[in-house]
Amino acid sequence: MNRTTVVILGLVASGGAPLGAQSIAITGGTVYPVSGPKIEGGTVLILNGKIVAVGKGLAVPPGAKVIDATGKWVTPGLIHSNASAGTGVAGLGGYRESSKEGDVNPSFNLASGLDPAALTVPITRTGGVTTGVISPNGNFLPGQVVVVDFAGEEAEQMVVRSPAALALELNSGSRDAGGGARAGALARLRQLFDDALEYSRRKLEYRRAATQPFAAPPAELEALLPALRGQLPVFVTANRRIDIENALKLAGQYRLKMVLSGAVEGWKIADKIAKAGVSVALEPNHDIPSFDGLGARLDNATLLRAAGVKVLIAQGDPGGERSLRYAAGNAVRNGMSWDDALRSITLWPAEAFGLSQYGSLQTGNVANVVIWSGDPFEFSSAAETVIIRGHETSLRTRENELRDRYRTLPPER
Amino acid sequence: MTQSMRRGLVPLWITALGTTAPMLASAQAPSAERFTDTLSFDRPQYRSTYVRRPNAPVLIKNATIMTATGQELRGASILFQDGKIVSVGDVGTPPAGAQIVDGTGKFVTPGIVDTHSHLGVYAAPGTSAEQDGNEATNPVTAEVWAEHSIWPHDPQIPLAIAGGVTVAQILPGSANLIGGRSAVVRFVPARTVQEMKFPNAPYGVKLACGENPKRVYQNRGPSTRMGNMAGYRGAFIQAEQYRLKWDKWNKDRKGDPPGRDLKMETLAGVLRGEIYVHNHCYRADEMAQMLDLATEFGFKIRSFHHGVEAYKIADLLAKAGTAASVWSDWGGFKMEAYDEILENLALITAAGARAVLHTDSPDGIQRMNQDAAKAMYAGNRAGIPVTRDQAIRWITINPAWALGIDQLTGTLEPGKMADVVLWSGDPFSVYSKAEKVWNEGWLAFDRLDKTRQYKTDFNLGQADPGVGR
Repeated sequence: MNRTTVVILGLVASGGAPLGAQSIAITGGTVYPVSGPKIEGGTVLILNGKIVAVGKGLAVPPGAKVIDATGKWVTPGLIHSNASAGTGVAGLGGYRESSKEGDVNPSFNLASGLDPAALTVPITRTGGVTTGVISPNGNFLPGQVVVVDFAGEEAEQMVVRSPAALALELNSGSRDAGGGARAGALARLRQLFDDALEYSRRKLEYRRAATQPFAAPPAELEALLPALRGQLPVFVTANRRIDIENALKLAGQYRLKMVLSGAVEGWKIADKIAKAGVSVALEPNHDIPSFDGLGARLDNATLLRAAGVKVLIAQGDPGGERSLRYAAGNAVRNGMSWDDALRSITLWPAEAFGLSQYGSLQTGNVANVVIWSGDPFEFSSAAETVIIRGHETSLRTRENELRDRYRTLPPER
Repeated sequence: MTQSMRRGLVPLWITALGTTAPMLASAQAPSAERFTDTLSFDRPQYRSTYVRRPNAPVLIKNATIMTATGQELRGASILFQDGKIVSVGDVGTPPAGAQIVDGTGKFVTPGIVDTHSHLGVYAAPGTSAEQDGNEATNPVTAEVWAEHSIWPHDPQIPLAIAGGVTVAQILPGSANLIGGRSAVVRFVPARTVQEMKFPNAPYGVKLACGENPKRVYQNRGPSTRMGNMAGYRGAFIQAEQYRLKWDKWNKDRKGDPPGRDLKMETLAGVLRGEIYVHNHCYRADEMAQMLDLATEFGFKIRSFHHGVEAYKIADLLAKAGTAASVWSDWGGFKMEAYDEILENLALITAAGARAVLHTDSPDGIQRMNQDAAKAMYAGNRAGIPVTRDQAIRWITINPAWALGIDQLTGTLEPGKMADVVLWSGDPFSVYSKAEKVWNEGWLAFDRLDKTRQYKTDFNLGQADPGVGR
């Protein structure tokens, strides 16, 4: 891995290559485009994987498959900012492949190990989640963040944007990377950043061994450069107030594009975060105090939003990514507006990770669309149709097979 | 097995022993005259010092009341006084000094009960100093009691209260085949665990199947599932002998008593039907093995826990009278959780077995109503009829039964303890929240009144419980 440019694979780079041509008209539903006000009895027209029109009273093109969504809700596909489905064939611990040994791995990119056949992939779709932001796991610089659609036959077909960000951890877990202290981790990070910038200026001298030793091998320093040049956001996990403040200082010092993750005590400095123009991916149900965030509270999202921060809801849930919509509902329960909660799982993550054709239902966007039986945040509702890149996807899961076998006991065979 | 357990009643020994409920090695009440100097087994064993807190009578008017007895009453009232429910439905003139709560648009349910919690034994802030749930030093540690680990100031407790939980069973962890005794507690402010202990609730004992014990002990054994089974059997064979010795001695109490063995005392309590077996067991085939083990030694398993595959043998559970405590949608995080389905609770219920929604989680315990909703709607979507009453039972009377306190709490009926939650709306909606929580008639939480929100010592001067708004 010796390339320095940002590699964008798949859909975005290829201008939205569909998985095959198909024309669909979703009619009669209440359409939530997110980019604009809701449309009662609206129509969404899809052709060749793209949304070609959204509005009221649109003519259905001949040959289009019509899906009657009368009485139903139509939204963009949901984007989960903390996904893992597809990083292993199953969700089992020890079978996930989203981390690499060592604490400085900015070149590590998990995309080529993605498995579209993972049983978690269709389960994720049942929650209307069409797109996932997958971060590598680790304690310091674990690697690159990848965005995928939960469809496709091959890993490359899943990938939407890779890398979409550089992952960085600045929390209690990162102390080990700094010799046991937060301050050590920050100093090491600055050294890495400075070395990467110096390396980029003195590559020839480096090859002639005419430089001092650098803090990491060239491939790792190279991988830091897109972030240091502002071409790629840094996705920083920081929870305690001082960790968030340190992250914001770094962003200022190195002129980084930054997205925060976790931000358990973000509410304490909501104005500062808003002023920095930094979006925050957070878990709205996180309220258990730890020494990584004693100030945990259920209305963190509400308080950040009130200060003007764009919030990305990203609840890590033992029930899987499919529960994202319930996390959004819980954010509403704790004071966020319904519209903002929908933005936090569609438009705002799309913006934060540079997905210009995602997160809303508007002409030209990738056709990731979900038809719901009712309010998507409610337990009584279900995703009935999940369209990814213009194609209806299967919502049949292995769970359904097991359920149907054991409907009668003992089972017939 | 006692008749009382089969009928689902509180076992007789509780009433016989009054409020102290010591777990005696003897099946009989002690006779004080025989000993001038009593021995430890005849003395009180870590008795509850919980005292109901006073509260004015409360009348909730014009609410939708889900009684967990088959009814959902609209525009109804409930009156409770002195810690007891007085009437439900049409309530006459409230007593003088009663607090009147307008329930218009709101819902009332029994207090939520969790059969599987580790609050206090795995306390926040989650340092290694607080890992007090697994005595992972021997595969059989029936001698340890969870209550001796519980930290009453775990700051997770106020968060659970804000979720409408009034009572929970605190269990040891699942590292061991037999992990020790549980404690049933009320979530109320307390300096000591004794001040939380639910008076007269039977003890439980934690058994764990499958992956955890064999992983923890792989170097010394057990390292296989068959090793696990041999471990339980060996322990209960010893316990049979121990019980015989004590029962024999207790008949006339002549001569030196047999030596006291805490490990055996708990297991003998299981064999006598006094201590309830709570069995962490994911896989259907392993649950069936454990039912056979119970038959071999003549006890009942009160509830399986984490029964991710309970739906596969729900008929066997119904026949055995064993409850299944399960999650709504957790699965896939380990091999024995691979076959999780969303319809587990619905299928267990449809087969006539007793389904319980449990959490094993300081997060989940805050939103048990939501998990019940998930499971109810998942069942209905799959064409498995589950009523709203059945779903509310999953988190109230059914867990109360599993803990042996169903005669005291778990439903809204006159005479029962006033464990009551007022919800801002339908408890099966994601937007609803517990607005007021009464624990045996005492207002333990009021979302609209900060002064009625409990803070543990840990919260003071650092951070208020993040219960939201």
